[in-house]
Parts: sequence; C-alpha cells; structure tokens
Amino acid sequence: MKIDAPARQALLAGAFLSAFTLAAAAQQPAPAAPAPAPAAAPALPPGSPLIGRPDGAAAAKLAPVAPPPIAAAADKLPVAKLKLPPGFNIEVYAAGMANARSLREGDKGTVFVGSRLVDKVYAVVNKDGKRQVKVLASGLYRPNGLAFKDGTLYIAELSKISKIEKVEDVLDNPPKPTVIYDDLPKDEAHGWKFIGIGPDNKLYVPVGQPGNSVLHDDAHGQIRRMNLDGSGAEVVVRGMRNTVGFDWNPENKQMYFTDNGRDWVSETVPEDELNRVSKDGENFGAPYCLQGNILDPEFGWGKSCADYTAPIGLLGAHTAALGMRFYTGKMFPAAYKNAIFIARHGSWNKSQKLGGDVVVAKLNRDGTVKSIEPFITGFLNDNTYSGRPVDVLPMKDGSLLVSDDWNGAVYRVTYGKPKVAEGK
Amino acid sequence: MLLALSFIAASPLSAATLAERAAPCLGCHGEKGTSEMENTPSLGAQQPAYALIQLFMFREKLRIFDPMNEMAKDFTDDDLRIFSDYLATLPKPAPLADAGDPTRMASARTLTQQFRCDSCHNADFSGRDNIPRIANQREDYLAKTLREYKDNSRHGYDATMADVMQPITEAQIVELAYFLARVR
Repeated sequence: MKIDAPARQALLAGAFLSAFTLAAAAQQPAPAAPAPAPAAAPALPPGSPLIGRPDGAAAAKLAPVAPPPIAAAADKLPVAKLKLPPGFNIEVYAAGMANARSLREGDKGTVFVGSRLVDKVYAVVNKDGKRQVKVLASGLYRPNGLAFKDGTLYIAELSKISKIEKVEDVLDNPPKPTVIYDDLPKDEAHGWKFIGIGPDNKLYVPVGQPGNSVLHDDAHGQIRRMNLDGSGAEVVVRGMRNTVGFDWNPENKQMYFTDNGRDWVSETVPEDELNRVSKDGENFGAPYCLQGNILDPEFGWGKSCADYTAPIGLLGAHTAALGMRFYTGKMFPAAYKNAIFIARHGSWNKSQKLGGDVVVAKLNRDGTVKSIEPFITGFLNDNTYSGRPVDVLPMKDGSLLVSDDWNGAVYRVTYGKPKVAEGK
Repeated sequence: MLLALSFIAASPLSAATLAERAAPCLGCHGEKGTSEMENTPSLGAQQPAYALIQLFMFREKLRIFDPMNEMAKDFTDDDLRIFSDYLATLPKPAPLADAGDPTRMASARTLTQQFRCDSCHNADFSGRDNIPRIANQREDYLAKTLREYKDNSRHGYDATMADVMQPITEAQIVELAYFLARVR
C-alpha cells in the first residue's frame, strides 16, 4: 500500500498532528462558549474546577483515567504494538517500577526514575552488562521531578526539593535526601513537579496553577530559578499553567517548556503549548489567554492575547504534553539533531482520546518550530491506552529512553541494526 | 501461627480459604457487604479497580490507617487482586431504612449535579473502574472521607478529589453524605 507522507503521519498519530507556526497559531479559531450550567443547579463560583464540566451519564467517558497501581511484568508490556519511523527500534529497558515518571541519567550510567502516585525514586543500575532496578528512596510525597548535576541527584516532591550527593556511590545504602528548598505551596492540583538544571547551573522549579483555571496568588503559575543549594530563588516565567517538562536549546541556550492547556473549554481547544523563554519575567498568558490566541471564557474579559508571549508550537487539545528534551546524541540520523522529543501522556476528558505518544519537534535555525511529527505511536488503540509516555531521556550513547507510568516501565529507542547487547 | 499464615498466603487460594482469609475483613466491614461499624466503609460490590488501588495504597503506606496498613503489609500483588475481586462479589450495601427527608434529598441531589459527582461516579453513584461506588455508603464514612479529601489529610491516588472538593463547604458535605447514604 502506498500512502503519501501526510496521510501516513495522520495514520501514525491515530489522529491529526501537523506543523504549527506562529502564523498558523495566530488564526483566531471560532470562539468557544463555556457549556451552560444545568438549569437546576446554581452557578458555580468563578474559578471552580467544575466550570464547564458536563454532568450526567454522557459525561462519564470524560472521567479521569487512573493507571493500574501494580507495574506490568516485562513480558506484558505493549512493545510489539509500538510503531516508529523506519530504522528505529524499541525495546524494554527496565520494568517493575510502579508509576515510572521523570528520567535522569547519572555520570556513571545509572538511570534515575521518579514517580507521582507512589512514594519512590528508583535507580536502574547498569553493572557488568546487567540491569537491575533498586528503590533509591521511598516514603516521599509525589516525587515526580529529578535533576542530576556533578554527582548529585535532586528530587522534587510536591512541596519540597531535596538532594542526595554522590548518589551513584551510595546506591546500595542511600542516605535520606537532604532538603534544600521548601518554600512551596502544598496544593494537590498541579502540585507535582518536573525540575531541571539549566546551562546557567541554576535549578528551575515550576509551581503550577492550583486547579484547572484559577485566579491565583503570586506564588503560583510560575517557574522559579534558584541556586543549587536552594538559595536566591526568583521568578523567571509567569502565566504558566502546569509545565511537566522543559529543557534548554543547545544552540541558543533558551529554555523551552511544555504547558498543559486548561480543561472544560471544549474538546478541541485550547491545545497544549510548546513555549520558548527569551527573557526573564516573560508572561505566557495563563489563566487569561489560552494557546496564544483564545481569551479565557471566564477570565479573559478586558485582556488581550497581544500582552502575552504566544507558544511557538501547539501540541493538541488535552494531549498532556509532558517531558521534553533536545536530542544532541549521534546515534539518530542528522535530521534529529537538536530536535525536541516530547512525550504526550494522552488526553482523558476528550471523547476521542488524543496523544499517548512521543512526537518530535524539528526547529528552524531561529529556534522556531519547523514541524511536529509523530515518533512513537501505538499506545492508544480503540480509544484505550495500553501505556502512557511521561518523559524522554537522550542517553550519552545516543539512544532515547521513554518512561510509561501506566505500566511502570522504561523503553529504549535505538537507530540502526538492533544489537543483541551493547559491546562495552 | 505466623508460619501457617504465610503458608496460606503463598498457596493457591480455593474459595474456602479465600472466605477464611476474608473473615477478619468482614468482621469490621460487614459480612453482607454492609458495614455496621462506625466510620468503617461498606465494601459490597465495590469497584474492583478502585478496591485494588486502595489495598495497594494501604500496603505501600500511601494511605495511612494503621489496622489496614498492618492487614495489607504482607500481601502479594496477587493477594491484592484476589481481595479486590472478591469484594466486588459481595452484595451491594443496603440503603438506610429511613428514606430521608424529601426536601433535603431533592436539594442534595441538585448539589450532586452542580458538583458533577455524577459525571464520574455515574448517575446512580455505582462508580466504575477506578471510581468508587458511593451509593449507600455509610453516612459517617462519606462525610469523614469528603472532609479528609478537602483538607488533604487523606491523600488520593491522584489529585482529583482534592481538587473538586475545594469549593464544597462543610454544610454541603453534610448534605451530600446524607443524600448518598439514602439514595435509591
């Protein structure tokens, strides 16, 4: 069967996904009206997490999807269903890590794995050609975020950041993490964190909006930057709703971040965003302006999207674009150099689910988005997830790891003839 | 005694040994799916995916209640599945004999629509998948649980209930628990 490239992309994605540019994003879509409140019920207070949420049996398919609590066995993982562009291979890297989320690689090749719904940080230890999963820390509260620098692992729980120094030397008997920063709100909604260390050697810590769409105080809706000891915290990004992934462009050192759009405006808008930070204190619009060109139906009155920085790419409505990394490895073809891999966890409150895949954003020389294409698909079949990607991690050897919190597993993507074992 | 228990835990479970193993659970949670113990939930016909998550959370000490943490601490993954499937086979909890004051029932039903309880828990509050059955749950347990989600002293598996409870007042919690315990 011969199909043209766009059709193939659409097939791969299981739904449409195409390149977005600023010009495309600037077209104002039809305004989305909030769903009317049911006649019998009194109006909800402004900012209620329930505004726009439909009621009744028809809405039941829009309820949150919870992953199974128990990690899938390695031989039950959906690898055979997964599709990648020609020449790429995918295999199981490690399994049995309930709710595996954020990924970081240590200097000595240990892969650290955070979690959100359980209390653990895992370490996948590579020793003598064998991989072994250890629990590095437990009893933590939603330890989603990880960062690694100069031998130290940084762990972000819901409302505190801690560290374990020389972590790869103490994997068999790790100490309790030492807290470096805890001046953080304790909200459950969007409280879990992705963290990263920038080329400026500072730690970046997001604080999401404390709910779906809320007028919040000055401590939320932002990304903070601080020294690696937790001192000197300052706000560098505002108008951020909930980012669960960011990285720095290796070319121009600018920070790029994914941001999840609000719920209950409509099934088709707003889309999740890929943003680029070009100056300190930049405001990206939430909760007033959505996806760069829609004024929020509740909070947008009297505001203008022109006052906020628009996204450089749109990532699909409700797709939950989470972890993202620039690819600087040498294993993949040249077209992937400095491209951004983005894990889309997949929608829940959308009749036809969208996402549940990994896409690749290729950039123009000026750092804007040239194209966004599917990279790994096949987790979403018949509107049902058999896995949900959370984070991506280019490894030093040029391969790419992908975490899946539905199955508690990490996969490894390579390019070229599959090797039986790494020859080192 | 400990040896014997661990032997039972490790052996394939027949229906008889499952009923034996479940006896201590039902001592508190009610033999016929309806709890008669204060602040202790009825578990009859509970959604197995929800029960599995809760048993897992007790085992992993993600949800803290000492007697349940103790009960679940040595459970294997299979034990968790077997017990959650077993609870679903018990009869669903019986509604309170008292059908409730019609005015309170009607206004509380409006609250359940306003707060979209029915959009996840179903119109008859029977739940599905990871979303629990709340119809005819004990009134005291319902009110306690809603309060605990609101102040986040009970950690949900995810943040959904903590989020949706934020605008709900104490007076509304009382009415919601009154209604759900009696809904027919």
